[in-house]
Amino acid sequence: MDQSVVKKEKNNKVIKNIVIYIALIVLSIFVLVPFIWMLSASVKSSNQVFTVPIQWIPKEFHFENFINIWKKVPLTMFFKNTIFLSVVITLIQLLTSSFAAYGFSKAQFKGRDVLFLAYIGTIAVPWQVYMIPQFIMMKGLGLTDNLWALILMQAFNCFGVFLMRQYYMSIPDELCESARIDGLSEWGIYWKIILPLTKPAIASLTIITFVNTWNDYMGPFIYLNSTENKTIQLGLRMFVSQFDAEYSLIMAASVVSIIPVAVVFLSMQKYFVEGIATSGMKG
Amino acid sequence: MNSNRLKKNKWNKRKKTLISWSFILPNFIGFFIFTLIPIVFSFILAFSDWDSFSKPKFIGLNNFKELFGDATFWISLKNTFYYSIGVVPLTMICALGLALLLNKKIRGIGIFRTIFFFPYITSLVAVAVVWNMLFHPTMGPINQFLQHFFTTLPGWTSSSKWAMPAIIIVSVWRSMGYYMILYLAGLQGIPKELYEASSIDGAGKWEQFRNVTLPSLRPTTFFVLIMLTINSFKVFDLVQVMTEGGPGRATNVLVYEIYNEAFVNFRFGYASAISFILFIIVLSITVFQFRIEKKNAQA
Repeated sequence: MDQSVVKKEKNNKVIKNIVIYIALIVLSIFVLVPFIWMLSASVKSSNQVFTVPIQWIPKEFHFENFINIWKKVPLTMFFKNTIFLSVVITLIQLLTSSFAAYGFSKAQFKGRDVLFLAYIGTIAVPWQVYMIPQFIMMKGLGLTDNLWALILMQAFNCFGVFLMRQYYMSIPDELCESARIDGLSEWGIYWKIILPLTKPAIASLTIITFVNTWNDYMGPFIYLNSTENKTIQLGLRMFVSQFDAEYSLIMAASVVSIIPVAVVFLSMQKYFVEGIATSGMKG
Repeated sequence: MNSNRLKKNKWNKRKKTLISWSFILPNFIGFFIFTLIPIVFSFILAFSDWDSFSKPKFIGLNNFKELFGDATFWISLKNTFYYSIGVVPLTMICALGLALLLNKKIRGIGIFRTIFFFPYITSLVAVAVVWNMLFHPTMGPINQFLQHFFTTLPGWTSSSKWAMPAIIIVSVWRSMGYYMILYLAGLQGIPKELYEASSIDGAGKWEQFRNVTLPSLRPTTFFVLIMLTINSFKVFDLVQVMTEGGPGRATNVLVYEIYNEAFVNFRFGYASAISFILFIIVLSITVFQFRIEKKNAQA
């Protein structure tokens, strides 16, 4: 009798799991439909994109779309600009915020907590509130239509300091204390003890900053006017307005713009998710 | 000798402070110049008249007086609230639902998490463009599907009535994965003993959800609510790419209006006044929600 109860429970569990799987698969398809449509349209000819009924698998494949888009607009240049921005911003952000996070969590000095409060306070101020004076300032520096304006604006983000500090706080102070007694300097402690311990935090910040910079739209939209300075997002937008009937080419360019960030995300997904959970929850 | 020691101590202390500052300065200099100073100036600018060519002039509350008589401003404010009221609850429900489904120890759950999160990391322009095609009023797959059930079909981004719902749908689809991660973290923090105890008390699944899960998730829900509300007031990208504020002024939101006044009409002072309103709204939402949460926590 005992056995039959166990069996019944097991059966119930299997049925429950099947129901969950079906629900998850149906939802996944709903979430993925835009991407499937994008991929399918990218290898059609433009007059085949909107057909009734919808063809999910094209009758004939036009892979040459992926070659033609590079001739229509300077995609290579857009990619170069975007990679430059993403890499430089991520590097500066990583270095300066991990320094500052050490200062705010492990070093002692007067006014430390007040200063940190100023940092935290600005997280609550949307960028859109102060983007105008910032723009005027950049204009004064002669940096409009210049990639460096975006670097200066985004590389000293307080979010990075905040995220890194969350990790640093979880490292016991005794570790630093004993290193100090051993005669290690503050920079020595940072470099030899704290930094190696916070590799996951660095990975999190790297991928979050990289993805955000890659996908940023409003900043480049306001600052970058000339074609040779445009990022991939602006370039794609330009493509859409110039060739608005070339549906399949637009979709091919969209696919190409997503690929790099998708690869980075999929290979470092764990750190991305952890970063969100940390910065989100412990704040 | 004693005074020598004191001097040395003082010097040591100063050195310590200097070293501490050396960690903070590289970030602080950039932060101070490019974030703090502009924030301060944005408040001054809101009370000035400035077209970027002549000298800025202090004009007191004139910007705000003009603003309150400006029909476009009120429309953009109304549209922003409309967007917010649509996006916040829908995203919360979807994010929580997904998190509850994914909070199981079954095989392959990681793949589903990746799928639901994927829209969040894909570039906004690509996503907005593909949704615009899906929403195409006559040839788009969405209306092709809907025509099996309805006789009159929504015009989506080409109709002033349906443009905002279309933007709301895309926004929920794009960001629910992000908030799902926050909810998952919250769910994983609930002690199992709570469920076991309520199970012994004979509570069903629904009662467990109401009496254990939801109350334990309160801090997460509170955080998600604030983040979502604030983010909804900052919406710009989706609107710019999908509708450019149109048709007419149907999707003209606050930030779009700020952008227009500042970077199309070059009225920096006037645009800053709208920014100021945005700041006040975001600030009061934060303060209001903290108040409510405090009350709830005490009760």
